[in-house]
Amino acid sequence: MAKKSVWSDNRFWQRTAGWVTGFASVLLIWLTFDTSAQISMGTDTDLQNGVTKRVPGPTVINYKIAYEFNKKRQHEIPVIGGMNSEGTSAFQEKEKFFGRDDWSEEEAESLLHLGKLASQTKNCMNCHTLLGNGGYYAPDLTKAWLDPAWGPEGSMQAMTSKETKEEAMAEFLQNPSQYPTHARMMPNLGITAEEAKGLVAFLKHLSSIDTNGFPRNFGKIQGAVNGK
Amino acid sequence: MANSYSKSESKKLATWYFTVAAILFGAQLLFGLIAATQYVMPGFLFEILDFSVARMVHINALVVWMVFAMFGSVYWLLPDETGIETVGIGLGKLLFWVFTAAVTVVVLVYLFVQVGPADETSLWFIHEGREYIEAPRWADIGITIVALGFVANLYMTGIKGNRSGIVTVLMADMIAFAGLYLTGMFYTDNISVDQYWWWWVIHLWVEATWEVFVGALAAYGLITMIGAHRKVVEMWLWIEVSMLFGSGILGMGHHYFWIGTPEYWWEIGALFSALEPLPLVAMFIHVLYDWGKMQGEEDAKGLPHTVVNNKPAFTWFIMNALGNFLGAGVWGFFHTMPQVNLYTHGTQFTSAHGHLAFFGAYATILIGMMYLAVQGKNNIKILNHTKSSIWAVSMVVGGVVGMTVALTLAGYSDVIISRAQMGATWAGYFDAQSTTWLVQGLVWRLIMGVITFVGFIFLIKDLLSIGKATHHVR
Repeated sequence: MAKKSVWSDNRFWQRTAGWVTGFASVLLIWLTFDTSAQISMGTDTDLQNGVTKRVPGPTVINYKIAYEFNKKRQHEIPVIGGMNSEGTSAFQEKEKFFGRDDWSEEEAESLLHLGKLASQTKNCMNCHTLLGNGGYYAPDLTKAWLDPAWGPEGSMQAMTSKETKEEAMAEFLQNPSQYPTHARMMPNLGITAEEAKGLVAFLKHLSSIDTNGFPRNFGKIQGAVNGK
Repeated sequence: MANSYSKSESKKLATWYFTVAAILFGAQLLFGLIAATQYVMPGFLFEILDFSVARMVHINALVVWMVFAMFGSVYWLLPDETGIETVGIGLGKLLFWVFTAAVTVVVLVYLFVQVGPADETSLWFIHEGREYIEAPRWADIGITIVALGFVANLYMTGIKGNRSGIVTVLMADMIAFAGLYLTGMFYTDNISVDQYWWWWVIHLWVEATWEVFVGALAAYGLITMIGAHRKVVEMWLWIEVSMLFGSGILGMGHHYFWIGTPEYWWEIGALFSALEPLPLVAMFIHVLYDWGKMQGEEDAKGLPHTVVNNKPAFTWFIMNALGNFLGAGVWGFFHTMPQVNLYTHGTQFTSAHGHLAFFGAYATILIGMMYLAVQGKNNIKILNHTKSSIWAVSMVVGGVVGMTVALTLAGYSDVIISRAQMGATWAGYFDAQSTTWLVQGLVWRLIMGVITFVGFIFLIKDLLSIGKATHHVR
């Protein structure tokens, strides 16, 4: 009788399954340690010392944030506090946030904490996408802070009768159905003034996260649509 | 016979689980219809039951009905596989009532409280606002206890009785399934860390442990329904486990392209998730091959009968093999490369994939298990189709495929206009939403959703009445 082939042996495949699963799991855990270190939140000291973090500290709300194409990485990256000669964050240029650009680390932390909590308790993610994840019923919020609609050229500041981007956003969040832009509207979610402030801080911080160039060409092209 | 319905408490408990699963499946479809209607008529239930609430119930009911049906499937097959009554059945029944009561409370709070103030109490008692695993913290703890109790019963039964290959796979798989849920239970201000671990639950459930679970169910189904040889089926199962975990665990990289995580996930995610369809192709071939082989053996004996002893269930199992391959495999592969995903991430394209994948990979086979339970409960040797069972499978499958096609077409508009042309701004988003392709796509999705729902009504009617039909072989 011919010797039985290993390829038709259940024990062989059972062991293979064990080894493959074990190997993949170990690799995932190892990568998780590396990734966790890379995505831990930065601090105020990092920002002051010009240390670029993938997820900057909460006091990033004191700085001007932009989203610019980087030649070396071949996609857009967040540029915090103006651009240096290498096309990355200079951490110099500040920007007032609700009238101040000197939010302390504790103040900024508690504002971001409130905003992140609000983003969950108000269920933002079941209509909007955050970092591209969530519902598709409303615009992506990853770079919402940098959206031209809220800037000086956009319509939202005039609509909400506010002078700054952050005040316009906060006003909209508190009374969204008073400022309809389309038939599809955001409902009133009982967001308080303080929660709205936290949410805007959360959105500004969100826009400073290095998302490897997602979304592409954000706010760069306008009026290019001819698809109807 | 320890494994006949009348003698087995485990099988009775399985039918309880299937019953609640079917009710939640109905809720999933109903709230999906509400959300789909809101896309077409934005004023529908505005500030009464908003899209966010309807969608939350839609996707949570989806996850929970599948978990109920998965628990039911295990309680159904355990006596057959192990040859003994499930150990700890009293605990199993108690946990069933705890689970059902908890789910009822959670859904009522979703519907009538909806949102809370921005504090930890809301996370504990209303919802956590994290897509798919919105369940409030108290329910998280409850679900973990229920899952651990279920796993304990599975282990005790597997150790005491005959531990087949299928039971061994289920034991390994279900402990991972329960354990992974723990990674989604904490709060952090850092959204990148938040989403990193969130995917450990979502991805490692639906693209790893749930897929292996389906592999085990398919193996059980082939042995039970067409008398496939256990040794061959279990060898396939181990190969599938290798391929599913080998590609699926690191395939998680495709969720780490854009959430703040490092660039190396592009390569890891692209490579391993490109391999993810392979086991699904293998499962598809395996099911059809075994079917042909067993039918051929029967034909060679000159017997006129079909080899399949439960036609509705087997039809759903075939739909599973096909739907898993198409929905999870092909529709997933469409947009899994980072170069493509940069534009398709978070669009109606994702939604198209989500609908066909969840349905094709899981809903189908779990409905098949319900038909196996109907057969066992009514002590039927060969369960034949009824008009309703054919209408049900045609309309439900046709409806979901129709929704997928409609959402895919809507997705092209979303991707090209909102992402490629307009760079994902507020204005770009609404420009895409108002295009003819997207508007009509979502109307067709609603129509197809209604067809799916009518098919569901046929399905329920059939599950309740098919056992009483007289054209089966008893």
